[in-house]
Amino acid sequence: MPDEDFSIQASALNHWFGTGEARKQALFDIDLRIKRGSFVVMVGASGSGKTTLLTLLGCLREIQDGSVILLGKELRHATPAQNVRLRRRLGFIFQAHNLHESLTARQNVLMGLQVKGHIDKTASDRAAAHVLGLLGLADRLDYLPANLSGGQKQRVAIGRAIVGNPDVVLADEPTAALDWDTAANVVDLLKRLGQARGTSTLMVTHDNRILDRADRVLTLEDGRLVGDEDRRA
Amino acid sequence: MSRLLERLLGRLPIGWLQLVHQRGRFAAALSGVAFANVLVFVQLGLMSSMGVSTLRPYQFFQGDILISAADANTLTEGGNVARQWMLQALADPDVVAGMGLFVALVPWDRGETDISLTTFGIDPFRADFLAPEIAADIGVLQVQDAAILDRLARGLTQEEAAAIRLQTPLSFESQGRTLTAYDTFAGGGGFGGDGYLLVSDQTFLSLFPARSSGAPDHILLRLSPGAQPDAVADRLKTLIADPTLRIRSYADAMDEEVRFQQTQRPTGVIFGFGVLIGVLVGIVIVFQVLSADVADHLREYATFKAMGYGQSFFLGVVVEEAVILGMLGFIPGVIAGWGILTLMARVTTLPLFISFGMAVTVFIGTVVFSALSGMIATRRLAAADPADLF
Ligand SMILES: Nc1ncnc2c1ncn2[C@@H]1O[C@H](COP(=O)(O)OP(=O)(O)OP(=O)(O)O)[C@@H](O)[C@H]1O
Ligand SMILES: [Mg+2]
Repeated sequence: MPDEDFSIQASALNHWFGTGEARKQALFDIDLRIKRGSFVVMVGASGSGKTTLLTLLGCLREIQDGSVILLGKELRHATPAQNVRLRRRLGFIFQAHNLHESLTARQNVLMGLQVKGHIDKTASDRAAAHVLGLLGLADRLDYLPANLSGGQKQRVAIGRAIVGNPDVVLADEPTAALDWDTAANVVDLLKRLGQARGTSTLMVTHDNRILDRADRVLTLEDGRLVGDEDRRA
Repeated sequence: MSRLLERLLGRLPIGWLQLVHQRGRFAAALSGVAFANVLVFVQLGLMSSMGVSTLRPYQFFQGDILISAADANTLTEGGNVARQWMLQALADPDVVAGMGLFVALVPWDRGETDISLTTFGIDPFRADFLAPEIAADIGVLQVQDAAILDRLARGLTQEEAAAIRLQTPLSFESQGRTLTAYDTFAGGGGFGGDGYLLVSDQTFLSLFPARSSGAPDHILLRLSPGAQPDAVADRLKTLIADPTLRIRSYADAMDEEVRFQQTQRPTGVIFGFGVLIGVLVGIVIVFQVLSADVADHLREYATFKAMGYGQSFFLGVVVEEAVILGMLGFIPGVIAGWGILTLMARVTTLPLFISFGMAVTVFIGTVVFSALSGMIATRRLAAADPADLF
């Protein structure tokens, strides 16, 4: 049952890779509900299935077994067009920044806005500049990625993910390239978005200091959800 | 440019930004498109000059109906026509006059370059069958071995041609006789001969003793004002039911010869093939460049997919690139094509040029074919899987 209070609801979720002899189960019977506006961190050893779960929840991969309800929509048997539409309400932050080399920082961020349809140019330019300013890049608006440091590029990618006010942010070790101050700034920004707009964040990270700021910490082990710890209060 | 495109597309002009970001590839792609354009322009120029030069000799004369031998696909080929058919044709109330027309190639040994002139033998008393420019000077042909020479003939210098006048005629040897040109007219080198020569039918027959005055190559008829050439031609076909003859309006004869030259003659067919090859070269180049570009940006495109951009967006970007390549590549293409044709025209004296219609056609063709190959290039996008990004 869709529930307004939850951005993500997964139940009895299983996933396999490969076929025949090589078929291997990566996720086992995952049950998970993520509240609107919460900041959730996921940890687990390499190969435990964190990325796989993130791609399933973000409708980047087809659901094979079980159910995922994302923003009130069942993802199992969803059409590609439905997936595309739903993805516009998400913000993805990948480990690699994947910025477009021929677009400036501001233009890369604008791509996150334009996907929602035509928006007035002045307004969207201002929104992009605002987000980059929040990320400490106010003086780098018109730089091409080639002229930015690794951390700056990653911040542009974060700006691109959040500029469109997504309902859910899915992030896979987004702070690896950032120093602690910047990483803390990004985490605070995402938490503020959660409070102000109900944006939920699900972030894979191994940084203990980020763990300390999480509302909730999930632990994956060999494809199973083995820990779920409430960190508030 | 960037701003204009943004206005036009209602989104960031990613295709354009991507192209200018990789200047080397952009320049290579533009020269490729330009090269394909040059190929097409040169071939089209040759084809159209073939049309123009094919029609050139028809413009020396004025007539409404042409009677030729059945195998006369062109003005200069085919068998003879018996003169008696002209008398038969004159029985039709709408046919007011007729003239026999003799044609043959006359070699002119000019030392370094031997040229051959397409020579017409005409009745020097029938100025009414000639174009006004020529008709005025036809009187000189009444002198035996007199000629009117094509001043644009290949191998004839401008000074030489300009000097030809009644007082200072130019004599030359051909077929064992001495011909004397007293005047000139504007013809031009074609694909069949290097230029034209007009002589009287008597002079023609003395150049070619084997020919007979009773059997010219063609018969030209003039009709009473207001008569319909096609209708009269149909009437004449029943009146003169001889299957070895071709009776057509003069306009039809012109159309049919152009079509014959362009579709039946090896040269015409080769020019057609040249156009095809130019188009193919262009398609392959644009496809190569764009699919390499797509392949280089697969991760970025996958990211856009993850963000919720759909197929139409990617198609839009690649087609944007393709159309830009087509439009910008056309500019150097048309300039180079024009330059090459002008140079070739100078050397060959063929009417080689790029007409406005030709330029518009090639421009539209370039843009359309570029867009098509861009669409094909987007097939590689299927390989961009956003699930692989994390
Ligand atoms: N595309 C794939 N094809 C086949 N097997 C895969 C694929 N992606 C992941 N796997 C397998 O699924 C399991 C879970 O992988 P996953 O990438 O989700 O782990 P992870 O927790 O993200 O690890 P890491 O911390 O190293 O990123 C692993 O055993 C992995 O080998
Ligand atoms: Mg991973």
